[in-house]
Order: sequence, then C-alpha cells, then structure tokens
Amino acid sequence: MGDFLLLATLFLGAGVIAVPLATRLGLGSVLGYLLAGIALSPILGLLHVDVIAIQHFAEFGVVMMLFIVGLELEPRRLWEMRGRLLGLGGLQVGITAAVVIAICLSFGMPWRQGVAVGFIIALSSTAIVLQTLTERGLMNSDGGRSSLSVLLFQDIAVIFMLALFPLLSAPDLFGSAVTYGGESASGHGGGSDLAPFAGLPGWGQGLVSLAAIAIVVGIGSYLTRPLFRFIAMARLRELFTAAALMLVVGIALLMTLAGLSPALGAFLAGVVLANSEYRHELESHIDPFRGLLLGLFFITVGAAVDFQLLADQFWSTLGMTLGVIVIKALILFALSLVFRIGGSDRWLFTLGLAQAGEFGFVLLTLTVSENILPTPVSSQLLLVVALSMLLTPGLFVLYDRICVIMAKRREPAEADEIDSTADIIIAGHGRVGGIVNRMLRAYGHDTTVLDYSSSQLEALRAFGFKVFFGDASRPDLLHAAGIENAKLLIVALDNRDQITELVRYVCKHHPHVHVIARATSREHVYDLYAVGCRDMIRETFDSSVRIGRSAFEALGAHAFDAEQMSRAFVQEDRKMLREMAEVYDPEIPNHKNPAFVTRAREVLARQQDELSGGGRVLGAMNDRRWSPPTPKDVRVERDQARSDPDAPD
Amino acid sequence: MSRILVYFAHPGRRYSRANLGMADTVSHLAGVTYIDLYEHYPRHDIDIETEQDRLLEHDVIVFQFPLFWYSTPSLLKDWIDLVLEHGFAYGEGGERLRDKALLCAITCSSSEEAYSSEGFQHYPLRTFLTPLEQTARLCQMRFLPPYVLYDSLKASEDERLGQHELGYKRLMIGLREGDFDYERARQIDSLKADGLDAVLPAAEATHG
Repeated sequence: MGDFLLLATLFLGAGVIAVPLATRLGLGSVLGYLLAGIALSPILGLLHVDVIAIQHFAEFGVVMMLFIVGLELEPRRLWEMRGRLLGLGGLQVGITAAVVIAICLSFGMPWRQGVAVGFIIALSSTAIVLQTLTERGLMNSDGGRSSLSVLLFQDIAVIFMLALFPLLSAPDLFGSAVTYGGESASGHGGGSDLAPFAGLPGWGQGLVSLAAIAIVVGIGSYLTRPLFRFIAMARLRELFTAAALMLVVGIALLMTLAGLSPALGAFLAGVVLANSEYRHELESHIDPFRGLLLGLFFITVGAAVDFQLLADQFWSTLGMTLGVIVIKALILFALSLVFRIGGSDRWLFTLGLAQAGEFGFVLLTLTVSENILPTPVSSQLLLVVALSMLLTPGLFVLYDRICVIMAKRREPAEADEIDSTADIIIAGHGRVGGIVNRMLRAYGHDTTVLDYSSSQLEALRAFGFKVFFGDASRPDLLHAAGIENAKLLIVALDNRDQITELVRYVCKHHPHVHVIARATSREHVYDLYAVGCRDMIRETFDSSVRIGRSAFEALGAHAFDAEQMSRAFVQEDRKMLREMAEVYDPEIPNHKNPAFVTRAREVLARQQDELSGGGRVLGAMNDRRWSPPTPKDVRVERDQARSDPDAPD
Repeated sequence: MSRILVYFAHPGRRYSRANLGMADTVSHLAGVTYIDLYEHYPRHDIDIETEQDRLLEHDVIVFQFPLFWYSTPSLLKDWIDLVLEHGFAYGEGGERLRDKALLCAITCSSSEEAYSSEGFQHYPLRTFLTPLEQTARLCQMRFLPPYVLYDSLKASEDERLGQHELGYKRLMIGLREGDFDYERARQIDSLKADGLDAVLPAAEATHG
C-alpha cells in the first residue's frame, strides 16, 4: 500500500509540475510528461520499480484514445477514409519496412533480424501523435486525418506482425511459435496471456476474428442504448463512468480473447457509437482516464530510457535515431506528394509520423523472448525508439516554424488582391470570429481572416475565403493582410493578452482602423479602453443577460417584463462600467485600489436604493407608459374646431 | 428664432427615396436638430430622460414618417407612449410642452383623391391624424396642418419629389425664422409643396 501511494504521488507530482511548465513554454503536454519521466527515472531506479510493467498497464490509455477518436468519427467518414487508410497506410508501412530492411541487410544483418527491425521502425506512435493532434485541434485537418489513417493501418498491421514475429525465430521453434500470436496481441491490453483460440487453424482464427468484430458492432448498435438507459435510472453519475469503462475494458478483453488488437476493437466500438446520443457522455467519462493513463505512459517512456547505455553509445544511438526520423520523414513526404496532401498539412503528416512508436516496445520485447534479435541490438533499438518519441515534440515545433514561414511566403503573392478588396480583417476564426465572419459574408462583405491555431483554415481557403495562417499579433502578418487599407479590424482571439497587444498595436500605428475587440472580462474592457479601443464587446455578457432573462421567465415573469427587466439591467450595468472605469487602475488589483473600492460601494448602494425605491430601475419602462388623462387633465376649449393654443385659458 | 426638432421614423428607410431625400435636405440646416429614431433606438430602448430634455430645448417638434396603416410607424408610437409622460406633457404639473408646435411631415403612397369620402381610403387624411391632433391638444401644443407628399412612390419619377424637398426646407426655415403664419394655418387642412404661400410670406426663401 505504501509503495502504491509513493508511486502514485511520484507520478502524479511529476506530471503536475512538468506539464504546466512544458505547455507554458509551448512544448505541449507530451514532452512535459516525457521530461517528468526522465526526471523520475533515477528515483524509480533506486526503488527498483518495474517501469515496463507500468508501461504495459498504461498502454491501455491508447485503447481509450482510439475509442474516443472513433467516437468523433462517424461511420460515413470512416468509409470515406478507406482509400487513404489502405493506400496511404499500406504504402507507408510497406515502403518504410522495405527500406529499413534493405539498409539492415546492406550492413550485413541476417535477414530475419532485418525484417524484425524494419517492421519495428515502420510503426509510429499513436499515443503521442493523436494526443498532440487533439491538443492542437488538428484532428480534422487533412494532415490530421491522413495521419489517423496511417496510424489505424499500423494498428491493424501490428496484429499481423505479432503473428509473424515468431516465424522469424529459429525454424525448429516453428510449431510452438504460433501461440504467441494471441499473447502478444494483447500488448495494448496489459500483457495478459488469454488466448483460447490461438491453437485454431488460420481459417478458424479468421472466423473468430469476424465473430468478435460482429459482437463489438452489435454491442455498440443494440446493447449500449438500453444499457445506458437502465443505468440512467439509478441517477448516479459514477455508475455511468463505471459503465463506460466496462464497455471499453470489455471490448478490449473480447478482442484480446479473439487475438485482435484491443485498440482496434475500441476504435470500432467508438465509430459505431459516434451517432449515438450518448456519445458526449461517453467521451466525457472516458477522457479523464485516457488522459491520466496516457500521461503515465509517456512518463514511463521517459523513465525507461537507459541513460547508462545512452551515455555509452550516445553518438551511434543519436545517429540511428536521426537516421530513422529522416528516412521515415522522406517516405512520408513522398507519399504526401503522391496522395496530394498539400500546404501545411503535408508538413504535419511528414513530421508528425516520423518517430517510431510504442508498438515498437511490444515488438522488441517479443524479439528478445523469441531470440530474433540479440539483446544488445534490441536494447539499442529500444533506445532509438524511445529517443525518437522523445524528439517528436521537437518535430511539432519544427512544423510550427514551417507554417509560419509558409504564411510569410504566401504574402507577396496575395498582396495585390488584398489591397484592392477586403477592408475588413478578422483576427481569430474560432467560436466568436467564425460567426462574425459568417454574418459579414452573408451580407456580401469581403473579409480577410487571420488565425493561428485553427485547423479549418485550409478548408476555409478552399471555399474562397482569404485566410492567413499565423499569429495575428505579428505586425508583418497584419501588414500582409492589408491593415494599411483596412477600415475595420475585428479582434476575436481567445487569449486576453494577445487581444490587448493586438489592439494596442493597431490603435497606435493604424489609428484610421476602427477596432472592435472581444473583451474577456470587465477588467479587460478597461484595459482595452486604456490602449485606445472604443468598441469592445464582452464575449459572454449578452448570453449571460439572456440566461438571466430566461431565469426571470422560469420564475413566472411575463416574457415582456422579463425583457424589460433585462434591458434595464444592461443599461444600469453599462452605467456602472463607465463609472468604475474612471477609477480603475491596471497596475493595482481592484480590491487594493482604495478609489475603486469606495466607488464600488457607492454604486452598489445607489443601485440598492433605486431597486428598493419602487423598482424605478427595473421595469421603469413599463411603469412610465401611458396613463389615461382624467377630465381635469384636459383644459382645452371643446368648441374649437382646430387646436387653438392662443385661446384664452 | 425658433429651434426645430425633427424626429424621423421609417423602419425601411433605405428603400424610401422620398424620406431620404427630405432628410438630406433639412438635416444639416442651422437651428434644426435631426433625429433618426430607428438609428437612435434600433432595439426600441428609448431613453425617456434624454428625449424629454431634447423636447424642452426646442420650440417646433416635427414628426417625419410614412403613413403606415393610417398611423405612425411603431417606434414613433412607442416614443409617444413613453416620452409624453403624465406630469411632463399633460396632467398635473404637465405643462412642459405648452405652446410648442407639432408638425407632421407625412408621405402617403395613395393619391390625394383617395383620401376623401369618395376615394378608396374613404376618409380625408386629417381624420386619420386626429389621434395625433388630440395628443397635441392634450399636451397644449399647437397642431399644425400636416405637410404631405401624396403618391410618394411615384414622386421621384416626376418633378414632385424635388419640389417637395425644397418646400420642406422652405417650411423649416420659415418656422425657424418665425415667418410661419400660425393664424392662417389654423384654417388649412394640409400643406403641400405648391401651397406653402398660404402660410409663408414670399415664394422665394430669402433666409438659408
């Protein structure tokens, strides 16, 4: 128990410290976990922890990740991907393996070893790549989809590799070797040795596999709905979590029993459930486990690096790792040309999949137990695989750089077009900017869109939008977008500081541009005012007021009263915002600013007075409508045909 | 010199050549405050205090609007409902608008003949304006004969729109300079561009 608590504290603590640091530095969570693992490795070594055993357990995170990927992928879209899945995936694995085998043979390696090494190197890291793609919202880009196709194919291919590897060992072991097909296929499931059907002949195995897949699809289509409805009756949230976990674990078990990849099974189940009304519910329950397990997995990858060995053979290992990355990248690049993956997606595909993957660990363990590779070779290969995974975040950083360069290079080509047309620039095409852009374009306005992290940019471009990839707060990109001739800049970025900086820059250097800025909070409104903006919209204010209005209605207020009350509130709030702005000081926190505190107290007291004083603020509009005149109100002569104000009173 | 406040109310203003032309002609005149109500209150959230202050600062109030269903567009009605408050415009202590003048500048798509007991609108135009007339009376304001453009949709095709715009300007200047004959106006049902001589001194506006 003490051991468990100690280990849990170590792993969780390392992750909690390293990941925020890494994301802060723009390196992504994966590298954070890897670094945490490296930092932990001496301690784990002292405690004699079996890192590889933990890694096998943590690999279940990959199963969950593929389940979630499946959930986000409707069957129809998977079907559309079939060409890429088989073509792109098959060629990537085939060509990479062939090239590596050729190189190994040319170095005089026996062919059996060469084949093993080739297959190991051909695989990429599903865990790292999918995690990174999801984190950056690149899953739906062309590059992201192509990467997913390849990773899925590899996942299928690994099943055959696991079955094939025993055949590569010494021929006299041929008979007993087949049993490993089942055992090793569970690599993603936690290393159990359940394989009741392993003894069947090939066609029998095939039937079992088909049956297992049919069961998964059946469970997904017919069983989950009644199951979840049944569970919902208990009204216990944790039960839903338990059921979701049971579903994924159960499918993994089923696939393991049938000798298939659990990750593949989970993916299939996810696809089947993609159209179900429980999709988001399932996703939200599985996601934390996926995140934790994958985090643990990455930590173990970092911790498993044998630094003694690395130090001994540093240069050769580094050379081999870089060689692997370069070879894989070259082949991926060539494939992207053949399959017409263009623009920044090509680089995402090329660099994202250039590492070796966690499947490699599983296969390497097998090569040792099957006596395919001598231990020194397999240990060094283990290092190469781990090191290439360790370098992956660096590849993504490289991808970012290339994107920025590509965005720059595009500028001169499109500069003329921009000068003549779009006088509206929208910075940020997310939840806010996207809607603004749609509104403007619906009424025939031409816009230029800048966005840094959105994956939809290529798609937008295909529809004829002027879209620029890049950091909108960079002056050169603004220049390329035509800020000199723009009338209007709409700043709809997510990040508060980026918004402020961009507004500051444009208000100072291009005062002719009307800037409408998204404000993330009341204080942000003040900041934006201070840097020169006069048109800022609080991003959640309007919807909050609408929620308040709905609340009035739900409490029984007449719809029109609720409307008037929320309008009066908005007016009062604006007034307050102006009054507080006069005493706001960005340098001092509000509660430590005496002028701010005094004014806030005054305003609140006044509001209280006005509200309690006969509801003059709220509902004022209704109280002040027409009140019928009485005869004494009317003091105009009745006998006059036309109004005659000059008549004697 | 009288100060003039024009309230323009037209929800479809960009389709109305007549009303836009009239707006262009008088909105920049000295002594004229021109308020596009739908521009000021696109969400009908009329600021009562601002509007009452505005009324107090002017002597002649003009409502410029197209006749919709024999009445004003809804925002102008809303404005009347809210701004002409009991205790401000009428009722006890409500004499703040006393002796100010109220002029309606109206565009109608029907012909002048239609507004008669024989025509298809069945009543004279003034009958449809009696609610506004009584509003002015209750507020102790002088209700002036309306300045009307009939057949407004066809007005831009012939010369009439240009004449109507010039007449509108002449009327505003006359009211501003105190040349307007309130006494004779009481005898007149409505004013048109070619009938302004009845209430204004000379055909050619000398001020401007």
